[in-house]
Amino acid sequence: MEAILQQFFNLEIMAKSIPLVMQGLGMTLLICAVVIPIGLVGGLLAALGSLSGNRAIRWGSIAFVDLFRALPPLVLLIFIYAGLPFAGLSLSPFTAVVIGFFLNNSAYFAEIFRAGLLSVPKGQAEAARSTGLSGAQTLIWVTLPQATRNVLPDLLSNVVEVVKLTSLASVVSLGEMLHAAGLVRSLTYNASPLVLAAGIYLALLWPLIRLIARFERRIAT
Amino acid sequence: MTQFERFIDTFWNTDVLARYAPAILDGVGVTIVLSLLIVVCGIALGAALACVRAYRVRPVSFVIVIFADVLRALPPLVVILLMFFGLPNLGVVLSAFGVLFVVLTLVLAAFAEEIVWAGITATPKGQWEAARSTGLGFTQTLFWVVLPQAVRMVIPPLTNRAIAITKMTALGMVIGVPDILGQATTAQSFSANASPLTLAAIAYVLLFLPLVVFSRWLETRFSGART
Repeated sequence: MEAILQQFFNLEIMAKSIPLVMQGLGMTLLICAVVIPIGLVGGLLAALGSLSGNRAIRWGSIAFVDLFRALPPLVLLIFIYAGLPFAGLSLSPFTAVVIGFFLNNSAYFAEIFRAGLLSVPKGQAEAARSTGLSGAQTLIWVTLPQATRNVLPDLLSNVVEVVKLTSLASVVSLGEMLHAAGLVRSLTYNASPLVLAAGIYLALLWPLIRLIARFERRIAT
Repeated sequence: MTQFERFIDTFWNTDVLARYAPAILDGVGVTIVLSLLIVVCGIALGAALACVRAYRVRPVSFVIVIFADVLRALPPLVVILLMFFGLPNLGVVLSAFGVLFVVLTLVLAAFAEEIVWAGITATPKGQWEAARSTGLGFTQTLFWVVLPQAVRMVIPPLTNRAIAITKMTALGMVIGVPDILGQATTAQSFSANASPLTLAAIAYVLLFLPLVVFSRWLETRFSGART
């Protein structure tokens, strides 16, 4: 018991690690703030592409989505960060993370938007068009709001996945929260900073997970 | 050297590929074995927890919900590092392979529990009542009537989640598991060339693309409950 407290819940070490871990948290939030919006936009475009009437666009979008759903995000990230410099293209860790996560998140968000767009009855778009709305107006004002509402829990769970995914940035030594906690761990030979980081992830994401569970129940009934 | 030759030399250098392909192939074996173990154990554990939850014993359900929520909220890499670096100081020594297996199995179990539970609650009440009225007990009803229907409903989300979590075996590279990515990054740093990473990416796509396409097919086939 003593050993567990000493090794995992050492308050003294946790207190010392707070400044660095908080700085890391700032970076984690910054990555999220960049990566989530561009992932949503990329995903929406890929979803629209995968439902396009043009065969080349349709198959191109589906190939993009399936490829990046098949490739583990860490493999993609390391390929971009460690592979491209050999070709003379050096990227900062932050840029590498943003590009890698953009490709990965777009693929996942695309699948969700696609399901949402397919869940809206055809009659909705037809009725909107017959009132004189253009194709783009129909999408923005009629189809998309319904599609988004239908898949809101899935979109939110993917946001949770993206926040968790930012921890991979520590592998390419971007100073986000896990990287900061790992650094203090290696200096102190004590796992408490990691417990602190885990606690912060829980505090950030648990409320979201509960919220999603409530949405799901409401939609199910 | 032209631009194109330099590109090929960097990403598809046949000498480097020939030297490191066997190691990466070993990595493919490790990734496959690990993935199969995780899928089987994770889904079995998750389904078992969902069944236990069906008995609605409050304190037990509470513990299961906490377990599922915590493991769904924490990034797997955080849990992996915690176990890998923390446990040895308590005298529990697991290999890197063991840590990766335990953590990803628990994470998959947490998601599988939530998904199977969603299926159990989505099974119409009439099914329970009809089964009980024919004289089946609670446990018999759960296993012979409700669970088969629940599992059928949740096959697509369960498959998606299982694929997403088996892809996370690549995280093993961080603690030194000799899986595909682990072998490839070692080879890349020895050879100072990106070709092993290209080969690793291709190996992952060959392994997982059929599964992704399969899950897409499943989704159109059983369009039922979504989680």
